[in-house]
Amino acid sequence: MRINISRKNRQNPFIEKVQELSGQNLLVCYQCGKCSAGCPAVSNMDILPNQIIRYAQLGFKDELLESKSIWACASCMTCNVRCPKGINIAEVIEVLRQLLLRKRKDHVEVDKMTNAEKEDVPPIALISCFRKFTS
Amino acid sequence: MKLAYFPGCTLKNHAKNFEDSALCALNKLGVEVEELHRWNCCGTVFSLATDDLIHHVAPVRNMIRAKELNTDKLMTMCAMCYNTLKRSNERMKKDAESLDIINDLMYEEEVKYKGDVEVLHLLEVLRDGIHFTAVSEKIKTPLQGLKVASYYGCYLVRPKEIGFDNQENPTILDELMALCGATPIDFPYKVECCGAYLTVDKPEIIAERTNQIIGSVVKKGAEVVVVSCPLCAFNLDQRQKVTKKIFPDFKNIPVLYFTQLLAISLGCSENDLGLNLHHIDPRPILKEKGLI
Repeated sequence: MRINISRKNRQNPFIEKVQELSGQNLLVCYQCGKCSAGCPAVSNMDILPNQIIRYAQLGFKDELLESKSIWACASCMTCNVRCPKGINIAEVIEVLRQLLLRKRKDHVEVDKMTNAEKEDVPPIALISCFRKFTS
Repeated sequence: MKLAYFPGCTLKNHAKNFEDSALCALNKLGVEVEELHRWNCCGTVFSLATDDLIHHVAPVRNMIRAKELNTDKLMTMCAMCYNTLKRSNERMKKDAESLDIINDLMYEEEVKYKGDVEVLHLLEVLRDGIHFTAVSEKIKTPLQGLKVASYYGCYLVRPKEIGFDNQENPTILDELMALCGATPIDFPYKVECCGAYLTVDKPEIIAERTNQIIGSVVKKGAEVVVVSCPLCAFNLDQRQKVTKKIFPDFKNIPVLYFTQLLAISLGCSENDLGLNLHHIDPRPILKEKGLI
């Protein structure tokens, strides 16, 4: 895959926004890959957690917001507790979801769910799903 | 000892057996429990975005409910409630500006929250409040010969600042099961995420995880799994149905709340165990071991 890294991307206000909302300093990542090595969700991801951090450093907004990965992460915090640089990767991924959800781009459409589907799972599953995947 | 108790949504329906067995066990241990009056949903997940203050209102309001019972300790047993309540509470303790904003949002509350409640998980209460040695003295029916795999999942142990045990190799459940007389079975996926709420939109992902986690438990020779989270319980127990469909070699195994086994060992009756609420029926193996 060819990736164009340009100065214009590096000045993208998106980078600052991700850092501010996640409370993380993206530039301390040295790409050891420990987050991706331990992530239970990688088989359902198109951009791996360490790549998410690299893309965010470089301002690849569209690639990140269109990725499957941000909806495969269940915030299990394994990456956070293992990062040798103390980056909370789960917080960065949460912010990527939030950037979409705050524009009402819901991942789960509650009104399209049938009653049977809702009754099939306990309230703890529904509430956490709606909190994470809807605006 | 009297404890303020926050049940959370699922312990009143799908996980009624978690609540009933825990309350019976605490009663046998001589602990009086008082449920918070007018408690509200904690929100189930902690808000990870720095500016998302509104979602801390729900957990913090429960701290006020605890203060109204004249206590500064709040006990819960659901791992997700514990994680959300404790993390929001810790943020309020450290961040006076956010606490002010949250108090302003709850201007109709008579009590202002000062960050002075401590959130405890039932396991912490058993280990550090009642003490494990005192629990072991009250064991009436040891779980002789029962091989138990303890699954910790995510929210009980992570992140570092809230967990009361090691993040990579927690042992508190295994210790408790051992003192109840069971044989703890170690397995490599005890802190691997079950997929949590992805169960709503992607049950097939849960099937993959359940196959991996339960498959490992079975390979290690365990007879039952214990958990402390109603969502883990749902994914590892109810989702065995879809797991079996996708992975025909998958072997079923009962999944229980740790409190149900604790309650059995402390002499609670079957009425307090809610053993009929499971997808994979735990009664045959418990009968075989002479425990019910």
